[in-house]
Amino acid sequence: MTMTPSSTSTTSIRTSGSRLGYRFNLVGVIGFTIIIAWALVAVFAPLIIPYPVGEIVDLDYFGPMSRDFWLGSDYLGRDMLSRILMGARYTVGISLAAVTIACFSGVVLGMIAAVAGGWLDTVVSRFLDALNSIPSKLFGLVVVAAVGSSIPVLILTLSVIYIPGAYRFARALAVNINAMDFITVARIRGESTWYLIRSEILPNIVGPVLADLGLRFVFIVLLLSGLSFLGLGVQPPYADWGALVRENIGGLPFGAPAVMFPSLAIASLTISVNLLIDNLPQKIRDRSE
Amino acid sequence: MNNRVLSLVLSRLLIAVITLVIVSFAVFFATTLLPGDTASILLGQAATPEAVEGLRKAMHLDEPAIFRFLRWIVGLVQGDLGTSYANEMPVADLIAGRFVNTLKLAGVTALFSVPIALTLGITAAMLRGSLYDRIVTVLTIGVISVPEFMIATSAVLVFAVYLKWLPALSFANEVTSLSDLLRIYAMPVITLTFGVSAQMIRMTRAAVIETLNTPYVEMALLKGASRPRMVFRHALPNALGPIVNAVALSLSYLLGGVIIVETIFNYPGVAKLMVDAVSTRDLPLIQSCAMIFCLGYLLLTTTADLIAILSNPRLR
Repeated sequence: MTMTPSSTSTTSIRTSGSRLGYRFNLVGVIGFTIIIAWALVAVFAPLIIPYPVGEIVDLDYFGPMSRDFWLGSDYLGRDMLSRILMGARYTVGISLAAVTIACFSGVVLGMIAAVAGGWLDTVVSRFLDALNSIPSKLFGLVVVAAVGSSIPVLILTLSVIYIPGAYRFARALAVNINAMDFITVARIRGESTWYLIRSEILPNIVGPVLADLGLRFVFIVLLLSGLSFLGLGVQPPYADWGALVRENIGGLPFGAPAVMFPSLAIASLTISVNLLIDNLPQKIRDRSE
Repeated sequence: MNNRVLSLVLSRLLIAVITLVIVSFAVFFATTLLPGDTASILLGQAATPEAVEGLRKAMHLDEPAIFRFLRWIVGLVQGDLGTSYANEMPVADLIAGRFVNTLKLAGVTALFSVPIALTLGITAAMLRGSLYDRIVTVLTIGVISVPEFMIATSAVLVFAVYLKWLPALSFANEVTSLSDLLRIYAMPVITLTFGVSAQMIRMTRAAVIETLNTPYVEMALLKGASRPRMVFRHALPNALGPIVNAVALSLSYLLGGVIIVETIFNYPGVAKLMVDAVSTRDLPLIQSCAMIFCLGYLLLTTTADLIAILSNPRLR
């Protein structure tokens, strides 16, 4: 799926349809591998955890790394490795759901605004820009304070926070495409707005939009972890990686592994996504920035 | 300054005002979504229905939300931030001292991060593609991609646990000497400086590289100007606008950063006050703190845009 060196010169037959035609470099492959690994962990976590997540298995609290407990134990003596593996479900799952909603709504709105233009464009842009000028962490804080913190609320809040960014990005791309001749031709043919969006604009912006989705995923993971760290995200007994750091912050003065490893898990995920996107082939990542 | 610049500036300011109105609307209604009746929560379970009714009237809770919103906005403009539900003190008094603390933290951070970030960003752009540039780029991507609390916990691990230079998370409440002061500020400032600088380095580097790619810089190189002369005489003056813009934008990162940093280090600032207010559900306090943060953010982004407009030589 990743490296196919043979296809660089084959331009004639395998054109736009073939995903295999892209070349990734080594750093990109490493990033991609780590992302896939975390995704698999999130799916199969209950099968691979060595100990049940909620069970106190170590007599010592904030235990060091050992043969029995690879990543030490937490503030109650629960196995850290199991908790981190299970935490992947919440961090990856919630972020993925939120980023999907955010990018889907943002991109659709952006394309509609670009194609329709006029007052609709102005109103939507102005409103979303205003939303965008609330600092993201603050927005999360206020909403969670208002309606409490359940997982559906978290997903919706995170996606609402990142809709304006996705909208802005997609709109800027779509406006450029919208000025091209084939759009004018399609308009003269009498095609509907929906057709223009789906068949003329979307195929031309899908690469950059996917790259943008990756970046937004990183932001959402960071914001979710931050909220959980403040105690406003995923609530006990469940714990995502941010909540794991919060639980075990008491072990920080002793340098307990329970504090560092959930943070490292977050870092490995977000840095991998960034590496993958930075090393995407120019063909996909043809961004204006 | 000609008419075109003036109209651009004015329209940008108008947008800022409109944004502020929408934002205050959003903040007010988000906080009034709180489930439960505020009056009965305040009076506790033993309250009689008459007492609850009385308090509702006194707090204007029986009015439609839009009136309460207008009342709140008018109060804000007049400097009346309302009364805290939790301890019945005027919100303005609660916030005043904390606000100064947060400003101090932000000021000290800016003092350190701006020179560091500009130096690193500009030199990295000058030596683009070199090993130095790559190290700087990788480090900034690394810092940007990790959550703020990880920078904070790493700083504690390095400076307090292994090097034992600074106390871990405990803070002396009374400051008696200069060393105490340094100890209080060191860790939060280190954490924030890392985050802010990383953003700033990235944006500065991009701005300078963009200028270095212009034809007139290439011309300077072709006519035989030395590399430093090319950068400092020809490129930098023109990159100044984008760089100052980048500085203002990255400083807005401080607003998100302080929320985490003040919580983790127990620093008595506005953000800590707000996080505490969220747990006690102290509405007027949350609203006021949220407005302060939004105002700060808007101020920084608007300044960034205004600088970008004013520094554009094509508009002069």
